[in-house]
Amino acid sequence: MSTGSFLPKFAPHTARRKRFAVLCAAAALPLALASCTDNAKAGATDGPIQVVSTDSKCTVSAGTAPSGNLTFAVKNDGAQVTEFYLLGADGLQIVGEVENIGPGLTRNLVVTAGSGKYTTACKPGMQGDGIKAPFEITDSGTQPAVDADFQKLLDTGTQQYASYVKDQTEQLVTGTQAFAAAYAAGDLDKARSLYAATRVHWERIEPVAESFGDLDPKLDAREADLEPGQEWTGWHRAEKDLYPPAGYTALTAAERSTLATQLVTDTADLAQRTRTVELSADNLGNGAKELLDEIATGKVTGEEEAWSHTDLWDFQANVDGARIAFESLKPALQQKNPELASTLETKFAALEAELKTYAKGDGFVYYNDLTQEQIQRLASLVDALGEPLSQLTAAVL
Amino acid sequence: MSGCPFGGGEPAAGEKKRLSRRGLLYLAGAGGAGAAAGMAAGLLSHDAVAAAAATENPAASIVPFHGERQAGITTPAQERLHMAAFDLTTEDRTELIQLLKDWTAAAEAMTQGKATGSTGAFDGPYDAPPQDTGEAEGLAAGRLTLTLGFGAGMFEKNGKARFGLDGRRPDALIDLPHFPGDDLDPARSDGDIVVQACADDPQVAVHAIRNLARIGFGKARVRWSQLGFGRTSSTTRSQDTPRNLFGFKDGTSNVKAEDTDLLDQHIWATKGTRDTEAWMAGGSYLVSRRIRMHIEIWDRTSLREQEGLIGRNKNQGAPLSGGGEFTEPDFKLAGKGGTPLIPLDAHMRLAHASQNNGVKMLRRGYNYTDGSDGLGHLDAGLFFIAFVTDPRTHYVPMQMNMAKGDGLSLEYLKHTGSGLFAVPPGIKPGGFIGEGLFA
Repeated sequence: MSTGSFLPKFAPHTARRKRFAVLCAAAALPLALASCTDNAKAGATDGPIQVVSTDSKCTVSAGTAPSGNLTFAVKNDGAQVTEFYLLGADGLQIVGEVENIGPGLTRNLVVTAGSGKYTTACKPGMQGDGIKAPFEITDSGTQPAVDADFQKLLDTGTQQYASYVKDQTEQLVTGTQAFAAAYAAGDLDKARSLYAATRVHWERIEPVAESFGDLDPKLDAREADLEPGQEWTGWHRAEKDLYPPAGYTALTAAERSTLATQLVTDTADLAQRTRTVELSADNLGNGAKELLDEIATGKVTGEEEAWSHTDLWDFQANVDGARIAFESLKPALQQKNPELASTLETKFAALEAELKTYAKGDGFVYYNDLTQEQIQRLASLVDALGEPLSQLTAAVL
Repeated sequence: MSGCPFGGGEPAAGEKKRLSRRGLLYLAGAGGAGAAAGMAAGLLSHDAVAAAAATENPAASIVPFHGERQAGITTPAQERLHMAAFDLTTEDRTELIQLLKDWTAAAEAMTQGKATGSTGAFDGPYDAPPQDTGEAEGLAAGRLTLTLGFGAGMFEKNGKARFGLDGRRPDALIDLPHFPGDDLDPARSDGDIVVQACADDPQVAVHAIRNLARIGFGKARVRWSQLGFGRTSSTTRSQDTPRNLFGFKDGTSNVKAEDTDLLDQHIWATKGTRDTEAWMAGGSYLVSRRIRMHIEIWDRTSLREQEGLIGRNKNQGAPLSGGGEFTEPDFKLAGKGGTPLIPLDAHMRLAHASQNNGVKMLRRGYNYTDGSDGLGHLDAGLFFIAFVTDPRTHYVPMQMNMAKGDGLSLEYLKHTGSGLFAVPPGIKPGGFIGEGLFA
């Protein structure tokens, strides 16, 4: 533990000394006195373990550490890009790694490790076996209870999520074909009835869909996103035509047909390309967080569906996507941080319960029918979920 | 006003640590009597600085008003901003010229730490309102600078020339294009005349705009105004690089006052190509953008992603390719899997001169917060201000690239206000702002 973080940085000397005395007595840890220095960077066993990686050396400030949370502050004093690994005793199994440290920079590796024998390794130039040294972790009484099959849980989770993405893109393709057919045929009522319900399949997998930098603007650009001269295609072009603002000139039948065809083509292209995306646990964790960001900046403000006001459909779909990502990682998370898993359960449930009160028919009330108070309540539940959700990635890696 | 509003006396022991090496350079640069004020600057909070300086040496807090260039561009960036854009409500050329003369006189007085009008805040007739509003009485000049610029609306409105200024609008004073993602509020954009008031004391800056607005009543009306705190760039090498509301150092590669060649090349306007726009020679073009930052979602973003989005490390401000804060970034240096250490969509990469035909800007933006947005989130961000020689070459192409490709702009920023103004050259003693335009 680090006592440094409890202290006001610029406290006057007298107050600081008193504070130290109290903390040292209360902590009663071995080496607690070593932490009672003026400097926040405390001794090697309390605070980060300092690693200095040069082009030919890897200096680790301590050879042992107590089990629990460990931080290695890895400084690159060499001329090449370096990386640092904490490996198993065999020097092969990766317990933790930090990559891409530019010359002169310091980056932290934070790991939770149980007692046992380990190996540290710097890899200047990111090549070869690295400069290795034995490292021992002693039993401090804090032993992380991690299943040996933890990685398997993560792999299963990412596979589940990949299947979910596949399923959603298939439904998106089918739905888009039906929407496009109705729209191109001038059956605007039918197109309107399919608009929001089809888009949910897009919104559920938005972080994956958005990863294709060329397709995202073609399919989901809002009018304000365009640059001068850029052709406007995709869902929101149709939205404006289906829910025209005052003074709007409707698209011609030919223009609608072109737009519809393009929408179907681009969606098929998207579906095809998602098949080859390789997902990892951090994609899921970050993707879930991004979906909540999307809600906070676009949906809860009513900006996404400026003409149709079907923002709550998108809202629910973003929550669905985030929840599936979380569910996929949950077995792994329960091993590493069961409290976070249960907090997320609760917060998801609270947000979904609130959303349910706005359900109407197969969908929701329109965004412009919400009162300011209702919007505030939703926003606050999004924040309440978004905050712990942002901890998910770090918790499972 | 009494010496120090925050109690003064001995600084707390811990605060001594804030006197950094760069702070010491600043002291050395200040020299002579100014050094005492500079010492105070290193030890006291920013708002206390102006006050302390006033008792030590009033002259140290005064930025000269007259000169070849307007103050407030290369002047070491002050801590506070109050910027206001005015719409002209008169159509009379003589009235406009008189307004500019009155504003010039008031600006000269206020930047010297004096009150406006001949009788100031206390010495006028008992039955008339005082000529100066009085809230800056007793405060030091606070290094107040007032920088004025003209918007397109001063030259023409609804397609018609105003004030006999037909043909005098400089070609570089374009209408900015729509940038992807812009969500501009007309009530926070444009304006016929802009006044940038910068000072180390917020009350001094607010007082200045308030009194100019008052002088302008009947001829000019405030269209929008913006308060800013915490400068987000350095305009001289004697200043530390400050941090923006994302917690990152901002303005590391800014053009500095010392870079005289770069200023000529990238900041000061030329006489243009037509005789009728030659009045801008030696001036500059001011771009203002109110950039809302999604603070809350940023705070939920991992340090890895934050650094990747910016392209620098958060602690020292060094480029991710390595080195220290002022090391030139190596955009080609690749890490694992051949991926560049500075991501392709990093803010710093897209803004860098090497990615923008070598163009540079002088930025002197400020953090702002206008309370909350009603959804429990800060309505806060960066009030971006930049000076360039020509926005067509020095702002538009870069901003277009940023708006399209910068991960930070796409996910965490929203431009909600915008303005472009022609800032005329400096004022000679006895002259008035923009005199050349009316010659």
